[in-house]
Amino acid sequence: MSLADLLVRFSDRKTFARGIHPPGNKALSAGGAIEVLPTPANVVIPLHQHTGTPCEAAVKPRAALNIGDVVGRSKAAVSADVHASIAGSASAVTAVTLPNGRRSLAVPIKAGAPKAEPGAEPAPAPLEGRALFDDLFGGDWSLPATPPEPAAILEAIKSAGLVGQGGAAFPTHIKLTPNPAKPVSAVLLNGCECEPFLTADHRLMIEAPEPIAAGLRLAMRACGASRGVIAIEDNKPDAVDAMRRAAAACPDIDVAVCQTKYPMGGERQLIVAVLGKEVPTGGLPLDVGVVVVNVATSAAIARAVLRGRPLTHRVVTVTGRGIVRPANVLAPIGVAISELLKHCGGLTTDARRVVAGGPMMGFTLADVEAPVTKGTSGITVLTAAEVESAEQTTCVRCGRCVDACPLHLVPTKIAQASKFGDWELARRYDIMACCECGCCAYVCPARVPLAQHIRAGKARIMRDARRK
Amino acid sequence: MSDQPTTPAEALLAADAAAGPLLETTTGPHLWERAFTTRRMMIDVLIGLLPVTAAAVWFFRAAAVCQIVTCVVAALAAEYVFTFARRKPFSLLDGSGLITGLILAFSLPPGLPPYMSAIGAIVAVALGKMIFGGLGYNIFNPAMVGRAFLMACFTAEMTTWAAPVGATTGATPLAAGGASLLKLFEGNVAGSLGETSAAMIILGGLWLLLRKAGDWRLTAGMLIGVALVAPVDHWARESGHSLTVLQHLLSGAVLLGAFFIVTDPVSSPLTKPGRWIFGLGVGMLTVVIRIFGNNPEGVMFAVLVMNAMTPLLNRWTQPRPVGGHAKKE
Ligand code: SF4
Ligand code: SF4
Repeated sequence: MSLADLLVRFSDRKTFARGIHPPGNKALSAGGAIEVLPTPANVVIPLHQHTGTPCEAAVKPRAALNIGDVVGRSKAAVSADVHASIAGSASAVTAVTLPNGRRSLAVPIKAGAPKAEPGAEPAPAPLEGRALFDDLFGGDWSLPATPPEPAAILEAIKSAGLVGQGGAAFPTHIKLTPNPAKPVSAVLLNGCECEPFLTADHRLMIEAPEPIAAGLRLAMRACGASRGVIAIEDNKPDAVDAMRRAAAACPDIDVAVCQTKYPMGGERQLIVAVLGKEVPTGGLPLDVGVVVVNVATSAAIARAVLRGRPLTHRVVTVTGRGIVRPANVLAPIGVAISELLKHCGGLTTDARRVVAGGPMMGFTLADVEAPVTKGTSGITVLTAAEVESAEQTTCVRCGRCVDACPLHLVPTKIAQASKFGDWELARRYDIMACCECGCCAYVCPARVPLAQHIRAGKARIMRDARRK
Repeated sequence: MSDQPTTPAEALLAADAAAGPLLETTTGPHLWERAFTTRRMMIDVLIGLLPVTAAAVWFFRAAAVCQIVTCVVAALAAEYVFTFARRKPFSLLDGSGLITGLILAFSLPPGLPPYMSAIGAIVAVALGKMIFGGLGYNIFNPAMVGRAFLMACFTAEMTTWAAPVGATTGATPLAAGGASLLKLFEGNVAGSLGETSAAMIILGGLWLLLRKAGDWRLTAGMLIGVALVAPVDHWARESGHSLTVLQHLLSGAVLLGAFFIVTDPVSSPLTKPGRWIFGLGVGMLTVVIRIFGNNPEGVMFAVLVMNAMTPLLNRWTQPRPVGGHAKKE
């Protein structure tokens, strides 16, 4: 236990046992206001940006599109529609590689004049810069005197194509649909952003706290929860203040200040820290009556329900020592990541890895033309010096990985079992409970690629299970 | 995509070709706790052993130098031969061979014939470590394996302790019914090479613990274990032979063991509760062997017994995952 952990015991900050304290590196990008990316000449809207069934293209090539028009939809239960993020005309469906390495079909859109309704006045030119930001996040976000019914809220969320924007990209309407067998007592708004480097949620809480709070109230109403908690790590006092002010009028919403610790933003850790409940292994937060929603998703809920607007843009942190000018950028979904890099001054000469997400759980990009998706929270560019690894030795059984694992697993045993294909042993040590947070590999003095071995083992077990 | 048109295109292309692909692809985590590596742990152990080495040389002069050099050279040579035979890269700097040699040298009586020390070091590396597959795979503490082998083969030589240069007695304080505490603390008593000066062991040991190269729970567990059982000595043996608790703690291999032997991560348990049990077990067994065994020193056997228990301790103390174990499908 570190000194920081000890001090937390004597404060009212929420925390969980084990975990790690990597350098935050948040100052690189936390200081500046969210910048708005100029509307790009092209975007490519992937049809599979979420967990679940991919969408099918719903537009013909050369169809004229406005911002927010549906370009892909699916009838499957677990799916989320995708929408045009710029005005222009669609092209033929192509295939793209997503930031997480998965391949997906996609609808390219070439920017152009917005579609004009016959007989109507020509549509106004698309918004740019501050006007676009205010259009998405500004204005009045108070709920109407008679707030929408839960069913209406869920319908609005579904047709807006909302998914979790923290990274997992699970369709939001499914998460919030009430299940009579498992009533929800609390909605937890996740503003921890525990990944090093990332600051998109931090900036959004400072610059747009009202839609975030409004989204929480709507989410609580949708799933019938009586309590809402906004969880924020204590390295973001300005965000804590902003959210406290935005939620001051709501007696059923608290702000919980959490210790800055990785992976505080993991659902299981957050629920232990804030509510003191353990999600059963193999279960979901719903099993303990909790739904966790990311803060950016919450703002999108408010926009979908109160203004009928789909998810077309998101804030992406472009950061790291390998980027010339780190910043948080409001970007349309589907814009090439290379455009974001260019907007931020390009890569430095010693850039070595471009990571979609943060350095702990992110995926490296082989191709910077990959499009921004609904789940892309950041682009972290790491330099050669940062990723250079010390020599790998055999495991010296120091137990540091055991002391770091936030789920209280024995990573070295699981990694070994998985490396040697001993699935029986791997299961005995609960390999499937691993959340792939990477704490174990981070602290290992022998540089054993623990997370990689475990991830490969999990993938193998899941594949075998599907085959059966 | 980086727009820095300062260098001519050819130069850039050539640099790119030389540097390999610009972007790497791999999975996370992409960062590590840089300051903490296996090598650093080993170096910290070696630094911690410096005061002990100095004390050994101070008290036993040439005999100490001879024994340390013999053990270290033999251990490294054995390591080299074995890694060569298994076609693995040999790494002197991984430091573990060096540590094994040093710990063995410190746990042997000064003046042991060099060929015996050398045999001990070779056995330590070969049987203690290499046949298990090298560093990280061994079950037993290699130095203790080497010492046990010598104990079995050369019992007489292994139980004759030369006095430090300038001191008078020839029996280890454990056999002779105790030495004065001050002398034990300074180290001016007969005993194995590195066991004599409590002050120097504690000094180096604290460094090792503060640098987290060893877990303090192991050290604390062993010392507490000794202190818990030591009072029994008062009733178990007639006065003149029995030692007080402090004498138990400060004499023989207890301190060396607590700071430098049980803290070997490889042969101790993975979990914190496991390490507590391991330390306590070694401490308690040590005193039991001292009192009831016909052997003046118990640390070695206690360590080996608890080493053998380690896989079991790991299993018994497997932490409960947050959310409980997964249900069987
Ligand atoms: S942290 Fe690395 S060296 Fe230590 S026990 Fe875990 S895998 Fe082994
Ligand atoms: S990656 Fe898995 S095993 Fe490693 S610390 Fe995270 S949860 Fe534990």
